[in-house]
Amino acid sequence: MILLAFIILFVAAAIGYVMNIRAAQAIRDGGATLHSLVGFHGMFSALVVLVPVFILILVWIALADPLIQRLVAASLPEGTFDGLGTGAIQLIMAEINSLASGRVFGTPEPWKIEAAERLVGYSRTADIALVIVVVIAVAALIAFARRTVTAEFRARQGSEGIILRLMGFCAIFAIFVTVAIVFALAYETSKFFSMVPITEFLFGLNWEPQIPIRADQIAAEGAFGAIPVFLGTFVIASVALIIAIPIGLMTAIYLNEFASRRARSVIKPFLEILSGVPTIVYGFFAILVVAPWLRSTGATLGLDVASNTALAAGGVMGIMLIPFISSFADDALAAVPQSLRDGALALGATRSETMLNVLFPAAIPGIVGGVLLAVSRAIGETMIVVMAAGLIARMTINPLDSVTAVTVQIVTLLIGDTAFDNPKTLSAFALGMMLFIITLGINVLALRIVRKYREIYD
Amino acid sequence: MVDSPNTGIPAPHQISLTDRSPAIARRKRKDVLLQGLGLVAISIAFAVMFLLFASLIRTGHTAFVQTHITLDVFIDPAEVPVENLPRGGFQNVVTNAMIAKLPSVDDDSERRAVQQILSNGAQFYVRDRVVADPSLIGQTISITVPASDAFDQLHKGSINRDTPEALRRVNDQAVGWWDELVDAGAISKPLNFSLITNADSRFPELAGLRGALVGSFWALLICFIIAFPAGIGAAIYLEEFAPKNKVSDFIEVNINNLAAVPSVVFGLLALAVFLNYLGMPRSAPFVGGLTLALMTMPTIIIATRAALKAVPPSIREAALGVGASKQQVVFQHVLPLAMPGILTGTIIGLAQALGETAPLLLIGMNAFITSAASSPFEAATALPTQIFIWADSPERGFVSRTSAAILVLLTFLIFMNGIAIYMRSKFERRW
Repeated sequence: MILLAFIILFVAAAIGYVMNIRAAQAIRDGGATLHSLVGFHGMFSALVVLVPVFILILVWIALADPLIQRLVAASLPEGTFDGLGTGAIQLIMAEINSLASGRVFGTPEPWKIEAAERLVGYSRTADIALVIVVVIAVAALIAFARRTVTAEFRARQGSEGIILRLMGFCAIFAIFVTVAIVFALAYETSKFFSMVPITEFLFGLNWEPQIPIRADQIAAEGAFGAIPVFLGTFVIASVALIIAIPIGLMTAIYLNEFASRRARSVIKPFLEILSGVPTIVYGFFAILVVAPWLRSTGATLGLDVASNTALAAGGVMGIMLIPFISSFADDALAAVPQSLRDGALALGATRSETMLNVLFPAAIPGIVGGVLLAVSRAIGETMIVVMAAGLIARMTINPLDSVTAVTVQIVTLLIGDTAFDNPKTLSAFALGMMLFIITLGINVLALRIVRKYREIYD
Repeated sequence: MVDSPNTGIPAPHQISLTDRSPAIARRKRKDVLLQGLGLVAISIAFAVMFLLFASLIRTGHTAFVQTHITLDVFIDPAEVPVENLPRGGFQNVVTNAMIAKLPSVDDDSERRAVQQILSNGAQFYVRDRVVADPSLIGQTISITVPASDAFDQLHKGSINRDTPEALRRVNDQAVGWWDELVDAGAISKPLNFSLITNADSRFPELAGLRGALVGSFWALLICFIIAFPAGIGAAIYLEEFAPKNKVSDFIEVNINNLAAVPSVVFGLLALAVFLNYLGMPRSAPFVGGLTLALMTMPTIIIATRAALKAVPPSIREAALGVGASKQQVVFQHVLPLAMPGILTGTIIGLAQALGETAPLLLIGMNAFITSAASSPFEAATALPTQIFIWADSPERGFVSRTSAAILVLLTFLIFMNGIAIYMRSKFERRW
């Protein structure tokens, strides 16, 4: 039905386009001078039909289904939901939904069948209503657009105004996405904090996100202290940066100062390939090659290396960050004006002295910005740690141990079926909120540094 | 550094270009040291990259061929009556054919062990043939079916025959049978097209990437349909029309930040808004594509703005000078000239989206699904999530499948990036 609504819309837009073009041509053939070209009259009609009805259909899709679900839930017999948790309510609604789509398991209670029939009825009514509303709307809009066709009508300004607003909306859409992220995370997080005190989350030293299956279970209360989880992320990110920063910076210095043009033309694309490898590939590399190698090396050295040691995840993440840091540093070094380099060389400085005493200090803001962005990526990186890091949160900074990470916890808590009513699921959103705030802070700082620095030499 | 003896005034320091004083040598050494460190850094990066690809190819190449067994199967009417199709005792029919190949097998006691040599799916190959042509019942047909994972590994040499029998997945007796089959010429190792044409399966020898490829295709298509026009629209507005004020500044900062938000946060957004609030279907490529579109849009916007900026102002001025409106200038002159750059950026953004895993995991695209999705609203996996599933599977055969799947994914990525680089060099103009 939704497809039908879209087809009606596009056909109507085409009809409006042709009608207005015909009408405008008739006026022109009648000897009058049109203000706008014939095509603009057609375009105006098409846009007037297309834009509002398109938005109407999207809003309808977004609102109709939740509304129907709520109506059906409200129409259930009195007291059905009394004393039930949200999980149980969702289960009932899911059963009614699957009944409505024709999948029957066992013999459901009669009131469920009734509700399913009501659900089917509502959705059919909604579908028909949508088509009727769309037909009426497009007819009215075509008629309106057709009436605008006169010699004086400024169709170009009209259609260009609509296009401009559309493009402006696309630009503002980015803000919508950010706002949606903040709201979605904040909403679920506030639900979490109504179940678990915020102080426990922020300062607790114990992370055992579980929920009791029975009320009298031993250790029924899960523990939601996020500090060990963040400590794990800190350990892994530190390992990654200890590897990535020196190698990345040295690569950039070599590329910028010593490499011949030909060497650059080989090394640059190679680094681009390295940065284009998906992180899941790095994650698999970590468990396939790096972790076993670290373990056996550790065994020969007499060290006890955990099978999912932070070194494996951090080391591979470091490799991933090398091209990131080197390209930022390379850009920053290349942006230092030639006059500084020439001046230093003319004073008799060697190339390394020029680099280390003149170019590098001048490029420091850009390099720091790049490194900060790398830090934010290391904190937010998911697949490498999901595959190569551990699951259990430990209060340790020993990189040979198995540690977990924020993103690992988010993914493992949310994989599989999720109900939005228990602290276990919601804690993932609280972690996500923290992650978002931290990375956003670092990004804003880094982008500001990079931007400000560019202005100095431009 | 010698003071002149008479006056006490220091003599001017004597330096010539050919001087070999220790200070200069030390400074030159520092030069060499820095250069050496740079080379070491690059070599480390090269070495790791080589190791990465070498290990993937080493473990993955075996999955591109599959060990098959050719059998003469007698379709016994007693086991497979016509009226019961498509049901019937196909397992027995196939096992009988195996026993016929192996004269040394004692029918009753070793039947189960012989059955293990064949893939669990072997009976379905026979079934499909018979269902397609019921007149085969009562005849003997020659059919080639996959071997089970353990014997596939044995034949490819992944299982070492020298390890003690107790630690091996196949015992000595089974190895003996296998060698009999090899000697009889029943074993072949053709190219493994089922890696592409089969959907996922619990059995490594039957598992393929079809479902994942289809799912990735739908998700990328949705992503492109949304992100491409929206991204270009936003970029044109910001670059050509937006007034230079605080709002435009804020939007720009926002887009740059959005490009750096961790992908898992987009997954959380999709889970909370698309699935939980809007009630969209779980595991559907449509939702995956929507999420990827949100992530790809900033990339496309940034690339498009750079491409628009590269078009020289003279083009705009010339078009304005002959009476074009501002939008006519943009859509008829600037945008076509900027298109190669825009498409390059878009392809690179889509390549990133193809490799993205974390947000797809959160919306459930890691489900176990044994058929390819026929619409973007059906449950499906995607290439990277399929890799994740296989990497988590304990069977030995899935290790090489995972590597092979990664090689397939990397092939796609290299192909896409290759197109982007080609377009950049071929069509991009410099003014």
